[in-house]
Amino acid sequence: MAKVTVDGIEVEVPNGASVLQACEIAGREIPRFCYHERLSVAGNCRMCLVEIEKNPKPVASCAFPVADGMVVKTDSPMVRQSRRGVMEFLLINHPLDCPICDQGGECDLQDQSMAYGMDHSRYHENKRAVKDKDLGPLVKTVMTRCIQCTRCVRFAQEIAGVPELGATARGENMEIGTYVEKALSSELSGNLIDICPVGALTSKPYAFVARPWELNKTDSIDVLDAVGTNIRIDTRGSEVLRILPRLNEDVNEEWMGDKARFSLDGLKRRRLDRPWLRREGKLVAVSWQEAFAAIAQRLQGLSGARIGAIAGDLADAESMIALKDLMAGLGSSNLDCRQRGEKLEAARRDFYCFNTSVAGIEEADALLLIGTNPRHEAPVLNARIRKRVLAGNFPIAAVGARGDLTYGVEWIGAGPAALRALLAGTHAFSAILSAAKRPMVIVGQGAVARADGAAVLAAAWQIASQFGMLGADWHGFNMLHSAASRVGALDLGFLPGAHGKDVAAMLGGGVDLLWLLGADEIDTSAIGAGTFVVYQGHHGDAGAARADVILPGAAYTEKSGTYVNTEGRAQRTAAALHPPGEAREDWKILRAFSDVIGRRLPYDDLDSLRRRLGEAHPVFTRPDALPRLACTDLAGPAGDSDGLGDAPFVPFLADYYRTDPISRSSATMAECARTFGPSLMQAAE
Amino acid sequence: MTDQTDVGAASFQPAHFAFDAESEAEISRVLGRYPAGKQASAVLPLLYFVQRQMGRQTGSAWVPRAAMDEIARRLAMAPIRVYEVATFYTMFQLRPVGRFHLQVCTTTPCWLRGSDEVVAACRRTAGVGGFGETSADGLFTMTEVECLGACVNAPILQVNDDFYEDLDGPRTDALLAALKRGEVPPPGSTIGRQTSAPEGGPQTLVALPLAAATPPAE
Amino acid sequence: MLSDKDRIFTNLYGLHDWRLAGARARGDWDGTAALLARGRDALIEEVKASGLRGRGGAGFPTGMKWSFMPKQSDGRPHYLVVNADESEPGTCKDRDILRHDPHKLIEGCLIAGLAMGAHVAYIYVRGEFYNEAARLQAAVDEAYDAGLIGRNACGSGWEFDVYVHRGAGAYICGEETALLESLEGKKGMPRLKPPFPAAVGLYGCPTTVNNVESIAVVPTILRRGAAWFSELGRPKNAGTKIFCISGHVNKPCNVEEELGIPLRELIERYAGGVRGGWDNLLAVIPGGSSVPVLPREICDTVLMDFDSLREVRSGLGTAAVIVMDKSTDIIKAIARLSQFYKHESCGQCTPCREGTGWLMRVMYRLVEGRAEPGEIDVLEQVTRQIEGHTICALGDAAAWPVQGLIRHFRPVIEERIAQAKARPMPLAAE
Repeated sequence: MAKVTVDGIEVEVPNGASVLQACEIAGREIPRFCYHERLSVAGNCRMCLVEIEKNPKPVASCAFPVADGMVVKTDSPMVRQSRRGVMEFLLINHPLDCPICDQGGECDLQDQSMAYGMDHSRYHENKRAVKDKDLGPLVKTVMTRCIQCTRCVRFAQEIAGVPELGATARGENMEIGTYVEKALSSELSGNLIDICPVGALTSKPYAFVARPWELNKTDSIDVLDAVGTNIRIDTRGSEVLRILPRLNEDVNEEWMGDKARFSLDGLKRRRLDRPWLRREGKLVAVSWQEAFAAIAQRLQGLSGARIGAIAGDLADAESMIALKDLMAGLGSSNLDCRQRGEKLEAARRDFYCFNTSVAGIEEADALLLIGTNPRHEAPVLNARIRKRVLAGNFPIAAVGARGDLTYGVEWIGAGPAALRALLAGTHAFSAILSAAKRPMVIVGQGAVARADGAAVLAAAWQIASQFGMLGADWHGFNMLHSAASRVGALDLGFLPGAHGKDVAAMLGGGVDLLWLLGADEIDTSAIGAGTFVVYQGHHGDAGAARADVILPGAAYTEKSGTYVNTEGRAQRTAAALHPPGEAREDWKILRAFSDVIGRRLPYDDLDSLRRRLGEAHPVFTRPDALPRLACTDLAGPAGDSDGLGDAPFVPFLADYYRTDPISRSSATMAECARTFGPSLMQAAE
Repeated sequence: MTDQTDVGAASFQPAHFAFDAESEAEISRVLGRYPAGKQASAVLPLLYFVQRQMGRQTGSAWVPRAAMDEIARRLAMAPIRVYEVATFYTMFQLRPVGRFHLQVCTTTPCWLRGSDEVVAACRRTAGVGGFGETSADGLFTMTEVECLGACVNAPILQVNDDFYEDLDGPRTDALLAALKRGEVPPPGSTIGRQTSAPEGGPQTLVALPLAAATPPAE
Repeated sequence: MLSDKDRIFTNLYGLHDWRLAGARARGDWDGTAALLARGRDALIEEVKASGLRGRGGAGFPTGMKWSFMPKQSDGRPHYLVVNADESEPGTCKDRDILRHDPHKLIEGCLIAGLAMGAHVAYIYVRGEFYNEAARLQAAVDEAYDAGLIGRNACGSGWEFDVYVHRGAGAYICGEETALLESLEGKKGMPRLKPPFPAAVGLYGCPTTVNNVESIAVVPTILRRGAAWFSELGRPKNAGTKIFCISGHVNKPCNVEEELGIPLRELIERYAGGVRGGWDNLLAVIPGGSSVPVLPREICDTVLMDFDSLREVRSGLGTAAVIVMDKSTDIIKAIARLSQFYKHESCGQCTPCREGTGWLMRVMYRLVEGRAEPGEIDVLEQVTRQIEGHTICALGDAAAWPVQGLIRHFRPVIEERIAQAKARPMPLAAE
């Protein structure tokens, strides 16, 4: 530790810390543009200059290491003069177009100029103009506003792992861009908008839409993948105008995937805003009473065994437990959440969770990927893997379809044969895993959504067990989900009960009434012709197209719902606005329907419903918490690894940009899919 | 407004670039100079090899974008990192140039000694309109360059690799006329000076016995 | 006046054979093994005792710089990097060493390399010196063939490689950390310091960057002894130096002389005097474009060494003397330097990237007098806002010439503005 005095305040800071960090510990705010705590230090903007005693010149605090006994001044005449000088330089070529700049109101340059700017310009020359760049459908550029801080270049290189942005030419002609015009091929590109301290990089879809002070801000959780990215939903009136990431060091740090950020136009399109009933083959608008009556009528005389329910990828835990309770009341144990037949096993929670935790990735020292493409299935989690890779000494092997994961990977096989080789110790990576102290394995849904999925699961666990991934202080077995609802569904047991039918058995006429709670990823064409389908959800997607009755529900932005992320962390969304038209929160729909059929569910409000959830699993009673897991019971899932087949693993998501009813309704995502092709991965090969 | 973005995709860009045997030999020679894993150090040499090869093959020594991509592949660099380097250093021509690249130094020491006349002669005799332009016959491109580091022999005109020194307007005219005729006058002082020694001969180092003993080699 | 026998660069003008045979005849590579056998500490001590100060511009004591290298390797290799990126306007001394005395440099590399525990030297030659780099490479090849460098350099048991690396047109690469970046295959953007190269330099390894002349004089210093060198010149400004005299003199030239020679003597004895006589002198930039200009009165008496020139608020820099007679438009001469720095700014940090263009544009307006008198003060303030606020010294170098101009020639600028104001306004229709 070093003792440093900042403006007379003495603080102790770790050796190797920067002067800027010492100043922050002392509670002194240091203005900065190029410095970003998650990026390498550039030291180029010169805004963070401070005075250090015995130093004749001001010092860039972001890059200068502390020393014991150092005396720092952050508000001396030298410092103020220096910052005013730097600010003047930054502004001479910066356009005065704040009134038409989308960064206005949340612009670092604007804010700092209030503190250090002059009231007039002493620069009488022509301002520099820089040609705008086309970085694709998401990021809008106004390059004349660029202050060359290079945050975006460093973000692309370091965090996103797509070294496509650079600063070409030099001096005042230095320009940020790709040199050869191309869209930035990253699923994290929207973060460029956040890190750009000025209005050079802004959101293309959000261009000229709103000013920050007009917006209502609601803290919530993203549900378009299973990471549980913490978000803020910005609304005006009845519209979601913008979604931004919120800081959560354990989950998403401050990053966010492009799908989570830019699918929001999908929240307005193809919405189910009133009940529908199929009459003579055609869906007609009806009242809630009529819709409920039609279902009730169809239920009459049906035994529980002929009724089934499937929970989709975006379902909140509240509505799933309500649906489960409703089905129980009807005598049905035909429940499932594994829409694509994933051979997930719920006997133990650590069989289906990402036990290492996202933050725990940083402690691992070797990684095996099985049938997963984390870049598509969980881009923010993938950024964490990349972060670990950049820290060094992190060998990674992957089994499955090749692709560019943004870091180096040894591809050791396309299918289960590689798992057999690892277990037999005949592959060189076995030795690497054996030597590792904290190795981890990540199993994707593509590895288990197949006929031999149970065997793959068993083999993956066996690898974890054999190579020391399971221990008293380390759990290196990880299931990576891509559906936000999945872990919660498994936690509360949205699975076939005793003699219950799974998804495959419910299709093909296995049930006479099938309740789809936002289930759009099943093969709806396989539903028996005579099966009466109730679709409860918010978008007119695959499930609704096959429905006999449509019950309009709420999207995640319109309800307070609990989602358990892939780690097993329960988090809650918040209602940023009301569901459209006659649509209602989903648990309330189920509660209302239960009343209609005389099997009233025993909860009248969210609190009592959540108590019920807590009875189903304690995880629901402690939102946001994630106890670090260990594994003392090495006994594995029920499957037998002898049953491994030979078919290569195929990517679970065909198209990162269109994975769910919301993103499939988004014009922005459709444009991304057109721009980037069905898969970014293949391009890199 | 600068226009860097458009250069990389301009119509003059060839679709492909492949190193020829001479370049390949140079590459293998140069790669051994840098430690293992530090092959990116060879990016400047490889850019030079491209430029010389283009000069050999097309008479215009420049660096096409496809060649930068090939360098990136060879040196395991991201292409943008090569573009950054190529646009940072002024000696790489990212668009075609004339057979003779006239690089006129106009920095103060040359300006004091009449670089304006050298520029005027280039316009007049080489037929180039201005800096960055190429003559109609495609023979000459004129570039304004900063100090060439031969200031006691100012003003300097660098033609491709060679410095022509102690110029004035008429001597520049003569030089360019010779180049047009296909002659390449010997580089160095155009007034017959002994390198950086004062005009008329050295005043120092004349008393040394070696002066007479060892004639200059070449 | 320095006598020829005390001149180090005996082939400065290329009158003799630059090859190994000629170099040997002039005393190079003579007893190098014995010099090496003195060992690391003794070599550093001798260089320290000689008082040699870096010849690249900053004048930092060379021996002390070497002593910053770790005494023991922690497993990382050490590197010697020679800065032959000679680009400071007015300066053309290293060019002569490269083309006429390359073996002095190569021998110096070997000795300096051993003194700092380096087995590899990279000589970074500015790209425009194509022919010079080729000759240096030929000399390196000769040295390898003769066993002077390589696996067992001079039979000393020390393995030593020398590689020539060409830059590609960027003045900033003369800044030592920008040079290292460039050598690593990146843009020449100066690094933040600390860490300094002696701790984290080329490829993250301990590195010392020295100017060509600093290294090339070392073998002679060691052969003739630190005392010989330190007695030349003036106290704390020891030894000889190659001066480059350019501009409005009758016979521009390079010459090796003692530090501390009066500026006037230097110009009149070696460069044939100022064009039109000493009384026709307007001003001199005494140490390359970066240092402030001096008016005639100071030139009358000033001595050419680090400390004397600092006393008159200028600097020795690279000892490149740019002479301007009374026909010179001094504003334009300095404006052209502002253009140079604007062109050569790497663009990395704000004050330099934005400030150099600002200076240039105002300077060119001042050439025409298109300005308000108050703008002179603004210009001065802008130079202060650049100076000392940047990652490297290019910002300072851009600021000083303008500061020097304003300090000594403010009336000229004011008169220019007044003249412009007195001219009739052009009609709008024109």
